[in-house]
Formats: sequence, structure tokens, C-alpha cells
Amino acid sequence: MTRETLINSALALALLLVPLWAYAMDEPFIITLATKVAILALAGVGLNIALGLGGLVSLGHAAFFGIGGYAMGILASHAQSYTAITDWPVLIEGTKSMPVIWLVALLASGLAALLIGALSLRTSGVYFIMITLAFGQMFYYFAISWAAYGGEDGLSIYVRNSFPGLNTLDPIQFFAITFVLLLAALLFSARLAKSPFGLALNAARQSPQRVETIGLSPYRLRLVAFVISGMITGLAGALFADLNRFVSPTMFSWQTSGEIMVFIILGGTARLFGPVAGAALFIILEHILGGLSEFWHIYLGLLLLLVVLFAKGGVIGTLAGREKAHD
Amino acid sequence: MTDPQTPILETRNICKAFGALKASQDISLDLRAGEIHALIGPNGAGKSTLIAQIAGGLKPDSGSVHLNGRDVTALPTAKRAQRGLGRTFQVSALAMEDTVLQNAVLGALGAQGRPFRLFQSALGNAGLRQVAEQALERVGLQDHARSRTAELSHGQRRQLEVAVALTLNPKAFVMDEPMAGLGASGSKALTGFLDSLREQAPILMVEHDMDAVFALADRISVLVYGQIIATGSVAEIRAHPEVRRAYLGEDA
Repeated sequence: MTRETLINSALALALLLVPLWAYAMDEPFIITLATKVAILALAGVGLNIALGLGGLVSLGHAAFFGIGGYAMGILASHAQSYTAITDWPVLIEGTKSMPVIWLVALLASGLAALLIGALSLRTSGVYFIMITLAFGQMFYYFAISWAAYGGEDGLSIYVRNSFPGLNTLDPIQFFAITFVLLLAALLFSARLAKSPFGLALNAARQSPQRVETIGLSPYRLRLVAFVISGMITGLAGALFADLNRFVSPTMFSWQTSGEIMVFIILGGTARLFGPVAGAALFIILEHILGGLSEFWHIYLGLLLLLVVLFAKGGVIGTLAGREKAHD
Repeated sequence: MTDPQTPILETRNICKAFGALKASQDISLDLRAGEIHALIGPNGAGKSTLIAQIAGGLKPDSGSVHLNGRDVTALPTAKRAQRGLGRTFQVSALAMEDTVLQNAVLGALGAQGRPFRLFQSALGNAGLRQVAEQALERVGLQDHARSRTAELSHGQRRQLEVAVALTLNPKAFVMDEPMAGLGASGSKALTGFLDSLREQAPILMVEHDMDAVFALADRISVLVYGQIIATGSVAEIRAHPEVRRAYLGEDA
């Protein structure tokens, strides 16, 4: 077992044991914090596929996070008001079922990623950053002006959506759902990195010229990566909305995109558990420093600066050292 | 079977201008089975521009490029590679963070043409791995398979470039200054290797190292100011008065 695997296992175990301990101590707030970490880490795992493996610096992943959130909000709000979403050409009704909501969130964010990616991947570097940011902002202002679904105020859902066989209102049970989904995404991400697709995508990041010369199209590889990445972040958005029982345009804001990226940079870019370490650190800092000062982001900024200047591998990179070349 | 005189790779009347600069003027050259065709010329003669048009990075203003008798002028780089064009670069274009084996497996993956497999292991795939390992063995890098590419010496990177091109099992090689930056012994070793490679597929190479060119080339084309001023055997080019004046210097 490499040192990184050891650190990863310890992180996963800690993320599981902390809420279990909180459950035993009857501290539901801590469980909610752990749930938040799991969900935000999931969003980061999504972005890490585009950013870490593909080298695609997307500043628009809030679009997918928000689409996931609104997929949940729209479906659940119709279900709770007993109104149909549309009755033409076919009747589509809302739902309170999590698996259905997840599926819709995955499909909707995947479709959006396909469209956004198809256009923005024709550019690169700073233009790519700007165009993804622009798409994110378009969704943000669209959500603000969409009065039917709360406009600026967003949508409140009174009761958390349901999952067969579980009581999702119980914090520890909802945590279990998010934890399992996070592990599944991590497992998928780990396999992806070692797959033929991961190899080609990673090479396209390092030398697009090489990838073309062996007969593959970097554009297509990146587009598929962008879609997968957007889908995972979209799923996280649906869970995040369910955690808060509330969805608002804030989920679409560029600050959200920035925060997801901050998780990755703090935790370690392209490291499997980077987003987990980063999201955990972010939430811990928010909890501790946020209690001291309203302006706790100053300290976050300082930390980010230190990481970028002195510890480029983030938390995981600093603890585990340089990534081992695959054998 | 193809007629041995049918060119594997051919340019027909290629013209390319950048503003007033005519980088390629009516260039027609061909590469036949089993030969090494060297392209020489002074700096700024338009060699790299010509290579880019053959490999697919640049589109000619007029004229066409043919691979195995088929017009590939409209095809992008990746499609030309799929049709059998194996290319190496002057400045190594490799995945530097990856291992030597991973780079070779990448080539095999390109040759196989099915990159959208998300769940299999790339290095665990016996087919890909076999092609990659054979290519590494061929160039003599088998003992470095697990090294990071960034840790290789300059000469070893050149070898790896050739190995990756080999995984494609190409119909023709296009090599941009394969000897560049190699010391005398490295250059000699690579010369020996390329000599044996021409049996597998013909090589069109741009090269400044005249010892290597004279040792290897079956034919030489001389490019000066975007024009081919002569094509012929080593002896013919050595004796060609215009070439001597333009390129080799009077005392060559």
C-alpha cells in the first residue's frame, strides 16, 4: 500500500467515523457538517476529472451544481403542490423520490455540459476560463429571472425527498446516502484515471500534439471528460439542495464555481482524494473561523496563497509526496 | 500488392504563403517503399512548414497530399495518423509526467482507435501492452519502461518518439530532425537503427546532420527559399552545382 492510499483510507474512515461519533453523542449539527463535506467533495470529484485529469480550468461548474439543485427543486416543488410540470405533449409530474431526482439531475447536467463543452472546448487557456464563467453567469441570471421557480428567492422544499427503505429526515441516514455516493464516485474516478480513456485524456493535457499524432482527437476526449465531470457535479447539486431543503440562484453563482475549485487546489489537484481533503478543510475552517469573524475568507485566501506558493500538491501532495508513476 | 514505384507518400504542387513570404512554392516530392528520403536546406527554407502540411497541422493554399494513393489534404492530423502516418517531432512531444510504458501504450491505443473505454485498465490490457512492449524493445528502451519520461535523457526521448510512432505500425514515417541534440555516439546509434527501419516503412526526414543524411538517404531533396532546387541520390546532390552554392558551400 502506498502512502497516498493510506492517507486516502484514513480520510475516508475519518469522514465516516466523525458523524458516527456525533450520532452517538447526539450532535446532529456535526452530522450535517459531515454531510456537507461529503456533498461538496462529490462536486469536487466531478470538477477534478475535468481540471485534474483533463487540465480544463472550468470556472463554470456552478452551472452543473445549480442545474442539479434546480432539478431537485423543480421536481419536488411540483410534487409538494400537486401540480404537474407540464401536461403537454405528455403529462410530467413532480416527484419526491431521490433516485428519480438524481437521474434527472445527471441527465440535465450532462446535457448542459455537452452543449457548454462543445462550444467552450474550441477555445483554451484564459478564453476557456472566461467562456465557462460566462455560461455559468448566464444560468445564474436566468435562475434569478425565472419567477415561476422563485426567481431571486429560490425554492423551499418542506420535507426532504425520500429514498426507498430509509428515513432521509434522520441526519445519519441522509449522511449515509451521500457518503456511499461519494465513495462510488471516487471509485469510478480512480478507475477512470487508469483506463484507456484516462490515459489518453491525461496525455492530451500534457501534449495535445502527441495525442493527435497517434490518431486521437483531444477535443473529443475533453468533451467526454467535461460531460462526465458536469454530471457528477450535477448530482452533488441535487444532494446539496436536498440537504438544505432549499435551492436558490446562489448555487449558480461564480463564487460557487470558485469554491469547488478551491476544494481541489487546497486538497491537491489531480489527486483522487484531493477534493475530499479540500472540502473537509474548507468546512472546518468555515466552522471555526466563521465563528470568529464574518470575514473568515481573508484567512482562507491567505491559506490558498500559501498552498499555491509553497505546497502545490495541496494537503494530499504535502502528506503523500509526489505522485507515484503507474507501473 | 502495391507497385514498388508507387509512392507511399506524395505531395503534389504544394503552395503555402504567409503574407508575402512564400514558404512552399510548388513543391512536389514523393516517398517510395523501402527508402529514406532526406529533406535538407538552410534555416528558414520552409522545411518545417512543409512537414506540417504533410502531417496535417497546416493546410496548403493549393496542391495536395497523398498517402497510399489517397488524397488526405482535407484530413486533420489525427485522421492522417489513423491512415498510417507515423510522425516524430524535433522537440519531443511526449507525456512527460507519464512513464515510458504509458507513452507507448498511448500509441497502441491510438492505433487501436477505441479510447472511450472508461472502466478497463489501460496497462492491464494485454493487447495494448504487447504492442507497446514490442515497440520499446525494438528501440532498446525495454529496461526503462517504468521510468518517468521526464527522467529520460534527450537521446532516450528520441528513441521513445520513434517507439510511439512504431506502435502505430505506420505506412510511412515523417521525422523532423531525429538527430537534433544527439551527441556523436547517440547520432551514430540512431543512424544504425533508422537504417534498419526503412524495411518496415519508408522514412521522410528533415535533418541537419549531414553525416547521417549521407549515410542513410537513398534520395535527397534540397529545399531553398520554399523551392525544391534538386532531388537525387547522394552522389548527384553532392555534385549538383546549385546545391553546392546554396547549401553545402563551395568546398563541400
